[in-house]
Amino acid sequence: MTRPAPRPTVPPHTVLSPEILRISGLSVDYAGDRRVHAVSDVDIVLRRGEILGLAGESGCGKSTLAYAVNRLLRPPAEVVSGSVVFREPDGTEIDVFALDGEPLRRFRWRKIAMVFQSAMNSLNPVLTIRSQLHDVLIAHAPEMSRTDRAARCTELLELVGVDPARQAGYPHELSGGMRQRVMIAMALALEPEIMFLDEPTTALDVVVQRDILLEIDALRERLGFAIVFITHDLSLLLEISDRIVIMYAGRIVEQADTARLLDRPRHPYTIGLLESFPGLTGPRRTDLHGIPGHPPDLAQPIHGCSYAPRCPFQRPCCTERRPVLSSPDGAADLVACHAHDTTTGWEVG
Amino acid sequence: MATLEARDLTKDFRLGHRQVLRAVDGLSLDLVPGRTVALVGESGSGKSTVAGMLAQLLRPTSGTIRLDGDPAGRHGGALRRYRQQVQIVFQDPFAALNPYHSVDHHLRRPLRLHRRDVGRADEDERIEQLLERVSLVPARRVAGMRPHELSGGQRQRVAIARALAARPGVLLADEPVSMLDVSIRLEILNLIDRCRHEDDLAVLYITHDLATARHFAGQVMVMYRGEVVESGPSDDVILTPRHPYTQLLAAAAPDPRRPRSRTAPGRRPMAGQPVGTGCRFRDRCPFAMASCERRPPMASVGTDHQARCWLHAEDGR
Repeated sequence: MTRPAPRPTVPPHTVLSPEILRISGLSVDYAGDRRVHAVSDVDIVLRRGEILGLAGESGCGKSTLAYAVNRLLRPPAEVVSGSVVFREPDGTEIDVFALDGEPLRRFRWRKIAMVFQSAMNSLNPVLTIRSQLHDVLIAHAPEMSRTDRAARCTELLELVGVDPARQAGYPHELSGGMRQRVMIAMALALEPEIMFLDEPTTALDVVVQRDILLEIDALRERLGFAIVFITHDLSLLLEISDRIVIMYAGRIVEQADTARLLDRPRHPYTIGLLESFPGLTGPRRTDLHGIPGHPPDLAQPIHGCSYAPRCPFQRPCCTERRPVLSSPDGAADLVACHAHDTTTGWEVG
Repeated sequence: MATLEARDLTKDFRLGHRQVLRAVDGLSLDLVPGRTVALVGESGSGKSTVAGMLAQLLRPTSGTIRLDGDPAGRHGGALRRYRQQVQIVFQDPFAALNPYHSVDHHLRRPLRLHRRDVGRADEDERIEQLLERVSLVPARRVAGMRPHELSGGQRQRVAIARALAARPGVLLADEPVSMLDVSIRLEILNLIDRCRHEDDLAVLYITHDLATARHFAGQVMVMYRGEVVESGPSDDVILTPRHPYTQLLAAAAPDPRRPRSRTAPGRRPMAGQPVGTGCRFRDRCPFAMASCERRPPMASVGTDHQARCWLHAEDGR
């Protein structure tokens, strides 16, 4: 065997394509003198070939969630409850949290690969690009011969639009955008079925960012992997993802189809995030505002809705009980807000 | 109130033996009281070098800076007076504050240095006023905090308060929100805008975000590889860009209200090596032609609107 056989391509935007990853009731704490509840009771279902956007401001738990799913958490972080199940195309289920040792090594990179935040700084500055790419293959596909490895590295760099001749060079000889592409090439090395991209383009400027996003999307259409795209830049997510999950203070507060989220955001936090981006076109506005205040301290117990202190639509019930994530109209969209409770709801937005 | 004029600012950095990088080439701009000018461009285009020269943290290789008509003071008391008038807010609020010092210390220093009219007895009150102005309340409690106790947005507010402490006429804001969370960016920009209005500040807003440049600045200047390629009223430059580079920037900016395109528009241009002569954008430009071998002049393309491109030059083609 030289490398994994190509999988059949999954058509894009298939909302009903088979499930590939199911996160259920996931909670992650950072233990210490003050126990921080970074992620609380998160449920997410990812389907084959889809792009799921995960948005929220820093500290909302989105990176912790990605680390947990990839089994990369280190103490003091600990998974308190919940499960992550990966489903093979034939229906076989893999309990990700039960993996250990060699099976975990085989699972990582082959099934789920991750591109980290500020990935451009994740390359080792004293090793050549070539040796770092080879390293991935040596570790995760030891059966590959030396010539096959070299061929695969060349192929990968071409795939992401980096001149393969550059692999003899060191990271500092590449621009930020090129280093980011190398990181994506590495993540693609074993043709993973899911890619987690944690703020993959935040440090880059808009032109380079757009190039990389188009590249990722083209690769996805060709190779058929699913993407979990994590960023605080909601405007970016609205352009590229099929579905969007909004997190606030460690919990999902809204989950919806992208088009619907843009047309009719329900949670006041989502509305606030959308308002935080002035449009490039359209009338010039003088009433631009972000979201006043700051997220709550996750080491303190939160009574009621965690967003209530910043919410312009707050009512007494908001500080009394926590709103449950539920579907306001029986459809697939979910929102956790008392204003959208079918029995007690009021007008928002 | 103060007016800052820069003429033909050029900055060369020595890269090693006989190699020179021209980071900024012949840039001129005027900052006038009560107005905001946005300087936009991709990373490496020379935006921050401009800020560094205007703040006199970098010495221009050539060109002049004038403050209210007088050449900018370079030494001693003259430099101090210049710094009192021209203050800067940096991109990274984590690096801009000293972790060992309290907020109080960060604000007391500029008062001692630049505001000799403020007696020691009044300093505490001034510090409180400054903190209240940037909405850091309760001021007394915040003054005792150290940077690690503050969020990124709060730190940037301290940095703004520190700049305002000198009571400057010119504020240079070098990517003041690009490291902050999206949800608080507009709050910080609104704060700078309010201060501009209240103190009649001349503001230079350096950013790579075209959308906020348009909403917060009256004039936009677009930089590419060290030179200004387009300049004009913000709506004209951003809504009807005339230089191919500005058009590329505008097309690349995320805009959720624009129908999403899943297909790549043409081939991605790769940034090449610095070009010696001619138009610097020509290796990426879809309209590149023979005349682009020569450096294009700034051509008028509308009222106060100019683009450095042969497509718009009278004697071009």
